Amino acid sequence: MSGFSGMPFFGLTGRGMVLLVLAALGLAVAPFVADRYLVSVLTTVLWFAYVGQAWNVMMGFSGLLSLGHALYVGLGAYVSAALFVHFGIGPWAGMVLAMLVAVAAGCIIGFLGFRFGVKGVHFALLTIAFAEVARIGFDHITWVGGSGGFFLPVEAGASDPLNLRGSPMLFYYVALALVVAALLLSRALLHSRLGYQWLAVREEPDAAEASGVDLFRARMTAVAVSSALTALGGVFQAFYFNNLFPEQVFSMGRSIEIILPAIVGGIGTLIGPILGAFILTPLGEVLTFLIEAGGLDLPGLKQLFYGAALVAIVVFRPEGVWPWLARRLRLVRQPGDFRQPGEGA
Amino acid sequence: MPIDYYLNIAASGLLTGLVYGLAALGLSVIFGVVRVVNFAHGEMMVAGMYGAVLLGGWIGLDPLLSAPIMAVLLFACGWLLQRGLVNKFVERPEHMQFILLLGIATILVNAMLMLFGPDARNVQVPYSFDTVEIGSMLLDAVRLRAGAAAIVVAAALFAFFRFSRTGKAIRACADNPLGARVVGLNIDGLYALTFGIGAAVVGVAGALMTLLVDARPQLAPEYTLLSFIIVIVGGLGSLPGALLGGVLIGMSEALAGFLLTPSLKSLFSYGVLIVVLLLRPQGLLGKRS
Repeated sequence: MSGFSGMPFFGLTGRGMVLLVLAALGLAVAPFVADRYLVSVLTTVLWFAYVGQAWNVMMGFSGLLSLGHALYVGLGAYVSAALFVHFGIGPWAGMVLAMLVAVAAGCIIGFLGFRFGVKGVHFALLTIAFAEVARIGFDHITWVGGSGGFFLPVEAGASDPLNLRGSPMLFYYVALALVVAALLLSRALLHSRLGYQWLAVREEPDAAEASGVDLFRARMTAVAVSSALTALGGVFQAFYFNNLFPEQVFSMGRSIEIILPAIVGGIGTLIGPILGAFILTPLGEVLTFLIEAGGLDLPGLKQLFYGAALVAIVVFRPEGVWPWLARRLRLVRQPGDFRQPGEGA
Repeated sequence: MPIDYYLNIAASGLLTGLVYGLAALGLSVIFGVVRVVNFAHGEMMVAGMYGAVLLGGWIGLDPLLSAPIMAVLLFACGWLLQRGLVNKFVERPEHMQFILLLGIATILVNAMLMLFGPDARNVQVPYSFDTVEIGSMLLDAVRLRAGAAAIVVAAALFAFFRFSRTGKAIRACADNPLGARVVGLNIDGLYALTFGIGAAVVGVAGALMTLLVDARPQLAPEYTLLSFIIVIVGGLGSLPGALLGGVLIGMSEALAGFLLTPSLKSLFSYGVLIVVLLLRPQGLLGKRS
């Protein structure tokens, strides 16, 4: 992996670094120059970038296709919200339990899947099945509101960062911190012994096993890291939106929304999920605006366009936008490092 | 008599399950040959439902008669889809195929939402509320007809694969694509034909389903997942397995809906799926690869 090591800035060229620094600066000052609407859009962008990064650990780094990541978002959200509403435990403490619960769920799925040799499409279906079971199950848990929804108390003008209650600006910076932390963590992981094992397992499981990699352990750690990170996204969601409905939180559609940023940006890359989120969410906002401006009030038109964008990307840019952009604009030094999982060495 | 009650519910579930099984059969045919999981399967099924609803509304056509028309239409769509898009993805990694078909599914379901709106639509047939007495059981006439039609179509499909030259060629493709190419079979053409057949079968299942359920766009992802569950329970690529899985899931749904609450019935299906995935990942009638 000569492409990554020894390059402090993700193998970026001078031009790439300038762009990265500019983007970081822009994001850091954005709430002071942008209006409320833009800040809320950016917060959504950052949220999807973050959960996209979390999903990327499983699919991008280790080649495990999860189509049920809404499960971990939902568990994180419900656990932290229940602790807050029923026991008055704030999210900064509650997130520990939220992450533990999500990791436990991930490990159960992983254990069952990997021990019983459930692979590829079947593994993806197993993840969907568990998310759906959770969706239907939470519909019937009245302790957290059931299908009627679970609501966090909202006080207008409250400013209590210790309980993650406050202005949109607070949430914006929390989301930004999550994305930066996930980026640094992903990078550190990729350069670690574990990260190299993941890549080996992703590319050639048999060869990896032959050279001494414990497949089961490598895959389980990937699931654990990914589910823990995703659960944090759930905690954020619970306290940002203050309402949770199983039909939304655990839905298949949410799982798909989570995987889109990484797919659009570039699976297995560090920048990909972030770039993907910055493409998709604004695209959605622009579409909404255009549809409203055009006087076309057709529910489904926006999603239709999303579907078309998905097909276009997978047909024309199957490796994602970031690897292509980075190559075209010479933002990285070694474009050869961007390989898709499953395409072999 | 409570036992009659259960028998009645199980028989209704069985008949519904036959239609589920027919839908899953389409998925199984496509996966067994083209090796692509059709993530837009439920969307195609709901397209079949809306086709039957429209034909029923315009010219008062019985869904049983709309079914062959939907078969032809969806065959054409499936054939074109395989030729135009999916064929390029046959050799690509699984997650790419997933994403392509997910995109197609999203387009389809939202196109239907835009065209038909979110409200449920149904077809009026003269025998909507008729019941048929068989022994001590009272069965809905619609359910009996839908189940019987599903059996006929499934039998035709089995016969096609067993006895016709084209059917045998398709099976050869499934068993050994390289060998099939070596003996001169047109693989791409057969793949397109297979995708068309799979789409036609699910289109018929959709048309039949309008006898039992009102058409709504939101049903599409549910039916996609349901077809997956059935196919995995029965065994991916096994045609009798798909029917058996459909019947099992149909009956377990009906009984769970009766014994527990209706909203928990799909939980039961997922439970069956998880157990089968763990204990017998190749499915009940599937072969270990």
